[in-house]
Order: sequence, then C-alpha cells, then structure tokens
Amino acid sequence: MQDNTDKILNDVTQGDYKWGFVTNIETEVIPKGLTEDIVRLISQKKEEPEFMLEFRIKAYRHWLTLKEPQWAHISYPAIDYQDIIYYAAPKKKAQIDSLNEADPELLATFDKLGIPLNEQKVLAGVAVDAVMDSVSVATTFKATLAEKGIIFCSFSEAVKEFPDLIKKYLGSVVPYTDNYFAALNSAVFSDGSFCYIPKGVRCPIELSTYFRINAANTGQFERTLIVAEEGAYVSYMEGCTAPQRDENQLHAAIVEIVAMDNAEVKYSTVQNWYPGDKEGKGGIYNFVTKRGMCKGFRSKISWTQVETGSAVTWKYPGCILLGDESVGEFYSVAVTNNFQQADTGSKMIHLGKRTKSTIISKGISAGKSNNSYRGLVRMTKNALNARNFTQCDSLLLGDKCGAHTFPYIQVNNKSSKISDDQLFYCNQRGINTEQAIALIVNGYAKEVLNKLPMEFAVEAQKLLSISLEGSVG
Amino acid sequence: MLKIKNLEVSIDNRVILQNFNLEVKPGEVHAIMGPNGTGKSTLANVIAGREGYDVKGEIIYKGKNIMQMPPEERAREGIFLGFQYPVEIPGVSITNFLKTAVNEIRKHKGLEPMPAAEFLAFLNEKKKIVEMQTTLASRSVNQGFSGGEKKKNEIFQMAVIEPTLAVLDETDSGLDIDALRIVANGINKLKNKDNATIVITHYQRLLDYIIPDFVHVLYKGRIVKTGGKELALELEEKGYDWIKEEMGL
Ligand SMILES: Nc1ncnc2c1ncn2[C@@H]1O[C@H](COP(=O)(O)OP(=O)(O)O)[C@@H](O)[C@H]1O
Ligand SMILES: [Mg+2]
Repeated sequence: MQDNTDKILNDVTQGDYKWGFVTNIETEVIPKGLTEDIVRLISQKKEEPEFMLEFRIKAYRHWLTLKEPQWAHISYPAIDYQDIIYYAAPKKKAQIDSLNEADPELLATFDKLGIPLNEQKVLAGVAVDAVMDSVSVATTFKATLAEKGIIFCSFSEAVKEFPDLIKKYLGSVVPYTDNYFAALNSAVFSDGSFCYIPKGVRCPIELSTYFRINAANTGQFERTLIVAEEGAYVSYMEGCTAPQRDENQLHAAIVEIVAMDNAEVKYSTVQNWYPGDKEGKGGIYNFVTKRGMCKGFRSKISWTQVETGSAVTWKYPGCILLGDESVGEFYSVAVTNNFQQADTGSKMIHLGKRTKSTIISKGISAGKSNNSYRGLVRMTKNALNARNFTQCDSLLLGDKCGAHTFPYIQVNNKSSKISDDQLFYCNQRGINTEQAIALIVNGYAKEVLNKLPMEFAVEAQKLLSISLEGSVG
Repeated sequence: MLKIKNLEVSIDNRVILQNFNLEVKPGEVHAIMGPNGTGKSTLANVIAGREGYDVKGEIIYKGKNIMQMPPEERAREGIFLGFQYPVEIPGVSITNFLKTAVNEIRKHKGLEPMPAAEFLAFLNEKKKIVEMQTTLASRSVNQGFSGGEKKKNEIFQMAVIEPTLAVLDETDSGLDIDALRIVANGINKLKNKDNATIVITHYQRLLDYIIPDFVHVLYKGRIVKTGGKELALELEEKGYDWIKEEMGL
C-alpha cells in the first residue's frame, strides 16, 4: 500500500484528464428529446415487461409536474432536456458468457481504462459489470457468484430474469417522486447493475460496476439496486469516466440499497467523470440520488466516496435507519479544481432505536472551484438513544476557491490551508512542492481513503494527486 | 564546502543580516551563538533556500553558487536543516514522508528507489542513533510530539538523509538533560571527515557535548566575534552584554 502510494506519486507527472479518449464504435442511438413516446421506445428497445413500462410512464408524468431544483450552491447554464439523447448502445453487444463476440474496440476501451473484462486478466477478487453509455456490456465472474446464490447482473437482465425481486425493491428506497432527477432517471434509465445477496451469504469478492460515457450528446441514466438479505455481506465499488468533450453531458443516476437484519453493505465510489477543461468548458453534470435503507435489526450501510470529477456534482448519499440498532456511515473526500462545483453531503434519517450514524466529509478546493457540504441528520421521536457524529472540514489551496457548509446539525467544522511552513519543510527534505501537496492532501484524506477497498484506495490516491496538479505555485 | 560572502538579507526592506561572511570546511563543526532575534534562524532558512527573503551576496556550496537553487535541490545536494520549530503534517506517516524524501534524493543521484523491506530495516537501524521509541509507520510527522520528540525526530531524519552540510537550528532548546545527551550523541555519531555541521544555539550547554572547531557570535545580523570552543564558555559566563561592551556596540 505504502509502496503503491509512492509509486503513484512518482508516476504522476501530467495534470491532464487521462480518460478523455473516444472509442470509435458503432452505436445505436434513438432520436433526441424526451416525450412519452421516447419513454415507450426505450422500454420497447429493452423488451421490458409491462410493469416496467408502467413504472416509467408514471415517473415521466410525475417529472413533467416538477421543476429543476435551484437550492444547491451551484450554477450552470440551463439544461435543455429536449437536446439530449436518452438511449445509446454499442451495437455489437458482448454476450454474457462469450466476450469473444464482443466488439474488440469495446474490450480495448475497458482495457485502456484499466478494467479488463476478460476473466483471465481481471483483478483477482473483483467481479465487474461494465456499462457503456446506456447498457451493460459485460459482467465478469457470474458463474462463480451464482454458485453461492448471489445474483450480479445488468439491470436489464434482472428485469427479465428476476421480475419479482425488481418489482419488490425498485423505487422502494428512492421513489420516483423523490426529486426531479430521480423522476427523470426512473422514466428513462437504460441500464445499471443489480445485486442480490441471499440470506447468510458473505460475498467472497468485491463487486464492481464501471460506468463509461462514450457517445456524444447522450445522457447516462443508470440505476443500481443492491439487496442484502438477513446476515448477508457485500462490498461494492463503482467507478466512472467519460471522454473529454466541449459540451456538457448529463448524468443522473440512482442507487438503492436495502439491508435486512444483520446485513452489511459497503458501497464505495471513485467518481472521475470528465470535469471540464481549465477554463471551465465542458464536463459532466452529475446529479445523483443514492440512498440506503437499513431495514433490519443491526443492519449496516456505509458509503465511501472519492469525488474528483464532473463539472457540477449534486449528490447526497444517505441512509434511512429504520431497523433498531442499525448503522449508517458516510465517508467522503470531494476535490474540486479549476471551475468545478460540488454540492454534496449526506442525509441520515434515524427512525429506529439506538441507531447510529457517522459522517466524515472532507472537501479539498483549488483553483476557482466551489465545494459545499450539505448535511441533514434527523432524529425522529421513536429514535430513542440514537447518535450521530458529524465531522466536516475543508482544505483550501489558493485563495480563489471557496468552501461552504450548510449543515442542519453542526458538530465540527474547520477549514484549513496547506501552510508555507509545511511546504518548506517538505522541500527541505528534497520533496518538491507538487509532491508535497500530494502527500499532505493524501494525509488529510487518509481517514476516508482507509475505508476504501485496496484496489480503489490506490486509484483514489492517484486521482487526488492528478486532480490537484498545478493548483499551487 | 560552504562559503558565504557579503550576505545581506532583508524582509520587507528591514535588514536582518548584513555583511555576513562564513567559511565551513569538510569535517568542521561551527557553532553560531547569539541572543534571540539576531537572525540565526533567518541565516539557516536562507542557506536552505527558503523563499520570502530579499537576499544579496553569494552562497557558494561545493564550489557552486546556489543563490538561485530551489530548496528541494539544495536538500538533494546534501544541505539539511534541523528546524527550530518542526511543523506538524497530519496524516502523513514518518515512514511515508522519509521514503518519499529518500527516494527523491536517490533519484537525484541516479539511484533506484530503495526496496520497501530494505528501507524499513534501514529506518530501524537509524532509530537507534537517537534512541527513537516512536513507531514510525503509525505516527504522523511531528503531530502530537512533545518538544523533545520533535527535536529527536529532526536528528533522526538527519541520520536517515545523511547530509553533507547540516544546519541545526536550536536543536537543544526544549530538551531535558537526558534528551540533550541523546541528541548530542546522535549528532556526534553522524560526524565524519567529509561532512560539516553548523550548530545554532542560544546556550552553551550543547557545546559541552558537541565540541565545535569555531564559535561565532552573531549580534544584530553580523558576526561580531569568532573564536575557539572557549569563546562559548566565556560567553556563558559573562553574558551577551560583555560582547556588546567589548565590541563597543
Ligand atoms: N518572516 C518574517 N517576517 C518579518 N520579520 C521576520 C521574519 N522572520 C524573522 N523576522 C525578524 O527577523 C529578526 C531575526 O529573526 P530570527 O532569524 O528568527 O532570529 P533568531 O533565530 O536569532 O532568534 C527578528 O527581528 C524577527 O522578528
Ligand atoms: Mg531562531
């Protein structure tokens, strides 16, 4: 780990977005714009059962009644929802069990991103569901997982193969009425991952979904649903990148997690969508609703996220602590540089007795960026002896960036700067300023990075140093 | 090894050091003494290349004028500063910090990074020099260290980095008598015929352990008197006022 850290810090010399390439691949797209017919078309393309179409139509009609939220501390040009393509799919789809038939360009793309889909080559101990634009293109290790009764597949597949599970849980944590972007996603979502861990099963490997936006002018609207039955355990990781384009692209996702008695779900994200260039042109608008329901006694859900990408981020992963003694956790590092804007935070709703939640949020701002923390901790009347610990602080690099806190309960909040004394101390030991910043920032974010699975922690450290390069001096 | 000629240092148009000259040869130990606020730390910082000062004159190190050299290069070339007030770096373990430093210095010398296991063994060996008890991997650089631990940590780092020229800024202050002995012994163990040390101190007691070849008295930004080790004792006995009178200042 330590070793890797150093290697990475040394390896990193260029501050540019490294995942900005475009894959030339035949893509099937539908006409631009959003109407009820488009919603029907998406459902039809995906050969969905009737209940899914109904769900989509209800969500779409509800969306029509809503206005885009304006309360976040972010500003961006109005999004023209009629100028977006809502469905794009690589034409030659990889078959579930034979990657041989997949478009070689597509495999090469994921290889280039460091996500080999060939099972001989994949990271030991990680099963991957790869999603390109609107559809899942491959899921690895399915057979291994199936032996334990674990379901890990694309959402589209789950809708067909396990309709009862989907019917039962879809929208049960994030209903389509939840918010504007949740309604939009519910109407047009095209794919994502589904994961089901049966009673008493500990998932032996990390599950991971890798989201890649490739096609131009498309939005990506995926959904992830994770259900952990009584006593089950799973650790799930999500990663994402997008090509470098001058236009902004919209990403509005939903993640729902359900944990039953004594179940535990760890959800980790390394979000690295294209952030736009140094002048603030282009980049992904990232509007995400992530929520976990600790339904059972002593169930536990933890969110760990490292956010370095996107032009605009709007995201508040949270937990509903329904089961008595259930536990919700949120660990976050959000980095903004150049013109990036982030409004993120966590919501913890305590309903059960002796429920506990922890929020550790670290913002790192550089350039002219804006980084806001927005937290909500609610203890209801029934939540006897519930406890929350919130710690939210920020690190500013330079004086043109901003950090803001909008907590409803504020426990601990401090803002610090990397001092000249610290930089000189490092310089005096032979460490140059860029490297010194990487060291100090990683040190600052360590509490959160330590919560990430190994493979991710390394990537996250690399990302942190890349996204802050050139931010001082 | 080091030649400082006509050094003049000012901050915001206020002159801190002036007409400052010093020559240090390999194998020598120089002590610089002087009351608070005379510019001792400023001198140390300027030798190490800290920015923010207006600097005139020449600093020649290993035959090269290093006035324009950034601090990290000076460090890689073998200049080490033991800080008077070592800064805390939260979350960065001593191991990680030193590994980064050592590998940068090695890279500068055209050497490969040291393999992790070898490096850890190397650190453990060096810990003995200053009787470090601290578990390096689990503690952040200087964070929550007592004054004495911070100073020990500076000398420990010096042992790891093996500099050619060490400038130790009040390494003795804040140490109890046992810690002082340990730290001084550490410094002595690191001494050889090819390296040199400048010890900056306020009191002479450190010089009971580290025998200097030269003692310089710094007063109001200049060296007002230079002598052998006996000068330190004389100074201790008679106080700085004696210098003032003696020099007619
Ligand atoms: N960064 C600075 N800005 C302004 N004045 C400074 C700064 N650093 C040192 N000084 C001043 O320079 C003088 C010498 O300080 P210093 O070198 O720290 O002395 P010493 O180490 O001998 O006690 C003092 O008067 C101090 O106030
Ligand atoms: Mg001083």
